[in-house]
Amino acid sequence: MVGVEGSYNDKVVRQFAVMTVVWGVVGMLVGVIIAAQLYWPGLDFDLPWLSYGRLRPLHTNAVIFAFGGSALFATSLYTVQRTCHVRLLSDKLAAFVFWGWQLVIVAAAITLPLGITQGKEYAELEWPIDILITIVWVAYAVLFFGTIAKRKVKHIYVANWFYGAYIITIALLHVVNNLAIPAGWWKSYSVYSGSVDAMVQWWYGHNAVGFFLTTAFLGMMYYFVPKQAGRPIYSYRLSIVHFWALIAVYMWAGPHHLQYTALPDWAQSLGMVFSLVLLAPSWGGAINGILTLSGVWYKLRTDPILKFLIVSLSFYMMSTFEGPMMSIKTVNSLSHYTDWTIGHVHSGAIGWVAMISIGSIYAMLPRLLGLQKMYSTRLIDTHFWMHTIGLVVYIASMWIAGVTQGLMWRATDPENGTLVYSFVEALNATKPYYLFRLGGGLIVLAGMLVMGWNVFKTFRLAGASTAPQAVLPPDVADARA
Amino acid sequence: MTSAWTWYVVALTVLNLLGCIWLLRGNTRRGPNDPKPDETGHVWDGDLTEYNKPLPRWWINLFYITIVFAVGYLVWYGVGSLKGYGHWSSKSEWAIESAAEDARLDDTLKLYAGKPIDELAKDAAAVSIGRAIFINRCAACHGSSGHGAVGYPDLTDDIWHWGGTPHRILETIQEGRQAVMPAWATTLTAQGGPTAVDDTIAYVLSLSRPGQPADAVERGGKLFAGICSACHGPQGKGNQVVGAPDLTDSYWLYGSSQASLHHTLNEGRQGVMPAWKPVLGDTRTRLVGAYVWTLSPHKEPPPVGAVVAE
Repeated sequence: MVGVEGSYNDKVVRQFAVMTVVWGVVGMLVGVIIAAQLYWPGLDFDLPWLSYGRLRPLHTNAVIFAFGGSALFATSLYTVQRTCHVRLLSDKLAAFVFWGWQLVIVAAAITLPLGITQGKEYAELEWPIDILITIVWVAYAVLFFGTIAKRKVKHIYVANWFYGAYIITIALLHVVNNLAIPAGWWKSYSVYSGSVDAMVQWWYGHNAVGFFLTTAFLGMMYYFVPKQAGRPIYSYRLSIVHFWALIAVYMWAGPHHLQYTALPDWAQSLGMVFSLVLLAPSWGGAINGILTLSGVWYKLRTDPILKFLIVSLSFYMMSTFEGPMMSIKTVNSLSHYTDWTIGHVHSGAIGWVAMISIGSIYAMLPRLLGLQKMYSTRLIDTHFWMHTIGLVVYIASMWIAGVTQGLMWRATDPENGTLVYSFVEALNATKPYYLFRLGGGLIVLAGMLVMGWNVFKTFRLAGASTAPQAVLPPDVADARA
Repeated sequence: MTSAWTWYVVALTVLNLLGCIWLLRGNTRRGPNDPKPDETGHVWDGDLTEYNKPLPRWWINLFYITIVFAVGYLVWYGVGSLKGYGHWSSKSEWAIESAAEDARLDDTLKLYAGKPIDELAKDAAAVSIGRAIFINRCAACHGSSGHGAVGYPDLTDDIWHWGGTPHRILETIQEGRQAVMPAWATTLTAQGGPTAVDDTIAYVLSLSRPGQPADAVERGGKLFAGICSACHGPQGKGNQVVGAPDLTDSYWLYGSSQASLHHTLNEGRQGVMPAWKPVLGDTRTRLVGAYVWTLSPHKEPPPVGAVVAE
């Protein structure tokens, strides 16, 4: 037996890993329900708390902050201990972060269907929950940076730069965007108004994508891709360049959500050009991950976990190419407000975020539980194919639907310049693709259930006797005095 | 925007782009003390190491190209209160585009200027333009097929509350209509006692649906003659001059349920058709009118006894 201080705190990691799968299933189930409602509108059964407008923020909050958030907590707290060669700063703080975050999620799951909302996308939760989030987040920051501070190695591993940047930035974004004057327990008014409010909201909104859904998951990538591939990271200097460029440039990209609105022209221009400058820094991370596989590409044949990780990077590259293109005003005038945006978001969310999370959980769990591998590698492969096929069906149908909408809305009669189609005609034209989208979503959800089964059996395999793992002493040359 | 804020934004932008260039230049070449590309210096967690391979050339170039584009774009389109060299603004772009479109539209529309709608309805091209305008402007209330909804008249039948002649339909579209059904329940109850509202409803329903309770119909008929007939006419056939519906047909703008009829008498009804001439201009309202004219069969003459507006 090793002493508590001589072992890793894996309890909080296990808890968050399990909740990643649970909230993944729940969040995607709500997604499937609202996708079905778009095809069969009667599925809200005239119940206000089942209506699309209330379930949609529940879906986005559940997949981003419950599923994605739990995956980030699990992997960041695992990674920071392993790469600092030290136990977490405090077990009590770790437990507080876990239970605090679950409380936030449960509060969201209750208030959103009740229609309690700030009406800000990805920031719907009302002020009492916002305060709780802030407290939990500060605790998380203390836990993470406190662990870094007491590390046993001289150098801070690259994954921790990304996790660190994400923790600091999300605190800033969350607090600034949610500044509001309460008007009772469950109602508040934003301190911003008009186009300033819109700009602050999308400065937050796009950086939620940039720092929560990109930077943090790159941290995950920087630990689990080299670990699973058994190869050194391709280039240290590339990680320096793309890290600093990414966090410096992402901050500017928000206005591209407000092209052709009341936002001043110059702010729209800045949003567009910085979105384009963002292309290279975004790809830097993907290149560094994919080229890490140089020399071991054959492993993709036998290791479905590596397939998850590498395909996630491919979707990351695709989404971060598509995003800058959509921010170009000419393209945006076609794509904005259409389902193309929905397709883009989901190629990032199901392709990049979900696949890197799923791959990392599959890679981490056996190591966490002292096993050689998951209960079934074949089921991981099955999950991989279900996830990939469901995803491709989903985004292809949304692309077609989105471009169809964009073209029909703007179609004018060349003879006389009048609009050709009514709104409902464009809706009719896109309806079949809503059914395909539902099908794609169902396949992805079924894949998550396969994962749930595999994770459950893996825990059963490990039994209750998982011994604490001793902290690995750092390499002598790297040890900190 | 003050020039101080403009220069603040410019300074931040330039600083950020210069920072990217500095970062790229500083890491493109390997310094004398940097580790060699295939050297893996530090080790974390037993086996995590890093090479120090050079940045891919195409990636560096891609980065520079986007920065050059960004600078060029901002110089051309402007930042803050600094106008760009292209003298572009979204307002001026809109003005140029809409002037061009308006000119094209004028070419299209001059063929149809001033013509009555029933004559335009015979011209397939005119009807087609009218339909395009209808589905983008009128369909929100009257439905894509013109069948209407509760409170919004069906345009595909022969029933015209404000008159169905070409002239009256065009007037409705161009000038709009304000229909007012006052809340009569208090007055009715004062004259006919607590059953007055039910009695009036029974009488009105009996005009199109025989079999209502006879005593209620009789009491209601007296109330109707005293109050309602002023607008709806002594036989309930309506008055197109004030938009009072014919109550003897089977069409009910707000539905014929007891709840709906009680609402009508208790709260009244306010129907509003907006005036479209200020929005669309004269000719386009005529084209919409032509399309609307084609929706109706124009078979049944207005009911005998109604006040018909020409």
